[in-house]
Amino acid sequence: MSEYVLELRDVRTHFPVRKGVVRGRPACIVKAVDGVSLRLRQGEVLGLVGESGCGKSTLARTILQLAPPTGGTVLFEGRDLGALSPKALRHLRPRLQMIFQDPYASLNPRMTAFDAIAEPMRIHGAATRSEAPARVSALMAQVGLAARFMKKYPHEFSGGQRQRIAIARALALQPALVIADEPVSALDVSVQAQILNLIAELGQDNDLTLMLISHDLAVVRHLSHRIAVMYLGKIVEIGEADAVFNTPLHPYTQALLSAIPSVDPDRAGEPVSLRGDPPSPMNPPLGCPFHPRCPIAEPACAETIPAFIARAKDHKAACLKIEAGS
Amino acid sequence: MDRVVQVEKGASLWQDALHRLRQNKLAVAGLAILAVMVAAALVTPWVAPYAYDAQDLDLGAARPSARHWLGTDQLGRDVLTRVLYGGRISLMVGFAATAVSLLVGVLYGATAGFLGGRTDSLMMRIVDILYALPFTIFVIILMVFFGRNIILLFLAIGAVQWLTMARIVRGQVMSLRNTEFVEAAVLMGFSHRRIILRHLIPNVLGPVIVYVTLTIPNVMLIEAFLSFLGLGVQAPMSSWGLLIKEGADCMEEYPWLLLFPSIALSITLFALNFLGDGLRDALDPRGAGE
Amino acid sequence: MALLEVDDLRTHFHTRNGVVRAVDGVSFAVEPRETLGIVGESGSGKSVTAYSLLGLIPTPPGRIESGRAQFGGLDLLRCSEAERRAVRGKRISMIFQDPMTALNPYMTVGAQITEPLRLHEGRSRREAQTRAADMLESVGIQDAVMRLREYPHRFSGGMRQRAMIAMALITSPELLIADEPTTALDVTVQAQILALIKRMQAALGMAVILITHDLGVIAGTCDRVVVMYAGRILESAATRDCFKQPRHPYTQALLASLPAAHVKGEDLYTIPGMPPDLSIEIEGCPFAPRCGHVVEACRRGRPALEEVARGHASACLRVQAGEL
Repeated sequence: MSEYVLELRDVRTHFPVRKGVVRGRPACIVKAVDGVSLRLRQGEVLGLVGESGCGKSTLARTILQLAPPTGGTVLFEGRDLGALSPKALRHLRPRLQMIFQDPYASLNPRMTAFDAIAEPMRIHGAATRSEAPARVSALMAQVGLAARFMKKYPHEFSGGQRQRIAIARALALQPALVIADEPVSALDVSVQAQILNLIAELGQDNDLTLMLISHDLAVVRHLSHRIAVMYLGKIVEIGEADAVFNTPLHPYTQALLSAIPSVDPDRAGEPVSLRGDPPSPMNPPLGCPFHPRCPIAEPACAETIPAFIARAKDHKAACLKIEAGS
Repeated sequence: MDRVVQVEKGASLWQDALHRLRQNKLAVAGLAILAVMVAAALVTPWVAPYAYDAQDLDLGAARPSARHWLGTDQLGRDVLTRVLYGGRISLMVGFAATAVSLLVGVLYGATAGFLGGRTDSLMMRIVDILYALPFTIFVIILMVFFGRNIILLFLAIGAVQWLTMARIVRGQVMSLRNTEFVEAAVLMGFSHRRIILRHLIPNVLGPVIVYVTLTIPNVMLIEAFLSFLGLGVQAPMSSWGLLIKEGADCMEEYPWLLLFPSIALSITLFALNFLGDGLRDALDPRGAGE
Repeated sequence: MALLEVDDLRTHFHTRNGVVRAVDGVSFAVEPRETLGIVGESGSGKSVTAYSLLGLIPTPPGRIESGRAQFGGLDLLRCSEAERRAVRGKRISMIFQDPMTALNPYMTVGAQITEPLRLHEGRSRREAQTRAADMLESVGIQDAVMRLREYPHRFSGGMRQRAMIAMALITSPELLIADEPTTALDVTVQAQILALIKRMQAALGMAVILITHDLGVIAGTCDRVVVMYAGRILESAATRDCFKQPRHPYTQALLASLPAAHVKGEDLYTIPGMPPDLSIEIEGCPFAPRCGHVVEACRRGRPALEEVARGHASACLRVQAGEL
């Protein structure tokens, strides 16, 4: 039994895009995830941050084997998920769950809350028909929903309530790892805080290992032990949450932090240092993926993909300039 | 100790759709007319004034009168009775053939759409090939080999109708396949069978139901067409299609023989179409709940 | 003289389940060259307010029950459709939240940007194209002339938003209404777009109404801010004053619930309860059921928005009485 719940070794997920009439070699390849390595210990909360096109959602789907990885290995509790037979994988599924971004789309509109939460328990034999109502009530109480709503349908709930149902469903099988992909972005601001509190609380109570994916650094910082910053399919910085937030090493992380609008009117109006739009992973630049937009880029940055350089214990970033002492 | 919890009832999307349907007057009218037609067809053996093959050769073709409300044909058979019995056959063929196409089409299309990849390509190529077969010739061949048989008739029609149903369902399933709740079902380790039956099909039923109400008129017209060609139902049994054919043959001399079966068929087709339109609007998820 | 003066606007929706009072007595003013922020959560009525001003409310369920909106010599709520059309897109422009659906996918970007020019100013095609290319460049899109011939799907999200801004500003309007213009964008692009809006505002000398739920965005771009809740304005002040010293319990609660306001690991503050059902007539202050400072008087009558400090108004009875 490995000491890490989840281990990613150089995971790559590429999608070929066929263009033109000539078959055979694809015109270009979308390198959504391009060499990601990570390790998560039990009970740890990792925040994964990045903008659109960085590949964070694809990474989540690759870990859960919803999208087939093109290269690298995903190890869950020491086992290579890619090497498992479909039957063995299905058997393991209850231990890896996901909370999705859109609370309406993640629930079957034709099933009641009760059905949605009870179904996994019944199928995997975790509860019999007679036990189900009690178990569902208990789960609903855990996520803060009154049990008397259990026969209602998704469209009769608010966004926050639907997300609670989705969380209850994910927890029904007592997973070891939960990946939350933008769990609050589709929710109202005042509800976001409630759901985040809930996730934090449930994570602790159930000793869950959590990967929290978000574009909102403030959210991620609040809940995570460590933060990983993703750009164009690669991790560019990873470290303890406070370290990354207070002393970001990578120029992209620094730009990301400075772009967050601050509520303190004295701090507001700081200059933005990034040019251009987040790139599409269809034509990634050579060398460092960030160099076209980087304010401190050098000619060397276009030639080699920078390796990770560690500044403090467990805090490292992939940038040539760090080595030079910037 | 169990706490007694008063569980509130939920309103499913079906209930919401029903409510909206009820407000659509044309659709409700269509449903009512359809109900009347089906009811008439069911009670025909007890209600029809005459036996369907009872002839009155002395009378011959007669205009509508007190004894024969819709008149008689050249053999003195009561037209009202013939239309009623014809309705039984036409409606039965319509519903049965549609049921066959529904069953086969939905399962086939959902499986192809969900599995995707090579399996889907193969399954759809089969559909394409079958689509290309000329339908009339296919039915003729079947009739020649197996003889003219009412059951064969609706199997043949159903066998062709399922193709479009399969395509529709496959398209719907493919667009649903990537939604989060289907991904969630996969993540929970459900079998393909469960995902297709419990998660995909119930959510594609909307367009399918609408298509069904529009398939039935289609089938009835095909049956009428086949009867027109002489390939459909055989005398002395009759269907609206056959009646229309026979009526058309002598429409100048005895116009009522064409008129009444045509009216019956037309009314039923209108009713089904209005109902189908109403269902399509009622089942449109954009109007539900939120 | 204010550029736009809105007085007691009420927009109600007559639905199957009752009358939803989406905007229920909103009054504010926008000075020339000023940026006014309207902040509120979803359901607060901020978007409906803007849509009401431009006659974009679907009128079978919706109806503007009362109110005035003086813009220049015109009452936007009472004028004829022709007068309104002369103002829309020419003197008042609007940009929307979702850049994906805001542009017509079947028209080239150039056709869409030149459309307001051709319609409102009657310019020739060549003239309009030149103006459009200039406009695209000023909003930061390179190779403008080539881009004019492309269709929206070839543009990224940020670029589409810029194109939409170009389309809105090409007639040099006096007022720009931006409804959640950056909510759907990445944070780095959001910063760029907000900077762009500010730059164009200075260049064209126009006023901006910025509608958003993001307090940080308001803090960075707006001169004054108006806080909406349940269809009413609860607080109105200069941005600085509002954030440094909020004078309504709701504003205080909103500021307190931001993750940035918390120590790491501590539970985030959440406002208890839920926003009220707008189809039920609200007695008293709409925030009373969720307010930590509520007293009996709060539940009666209808608290008015009154000035409690210079340029700072609050609709809280207790603040008005000096108790909070």
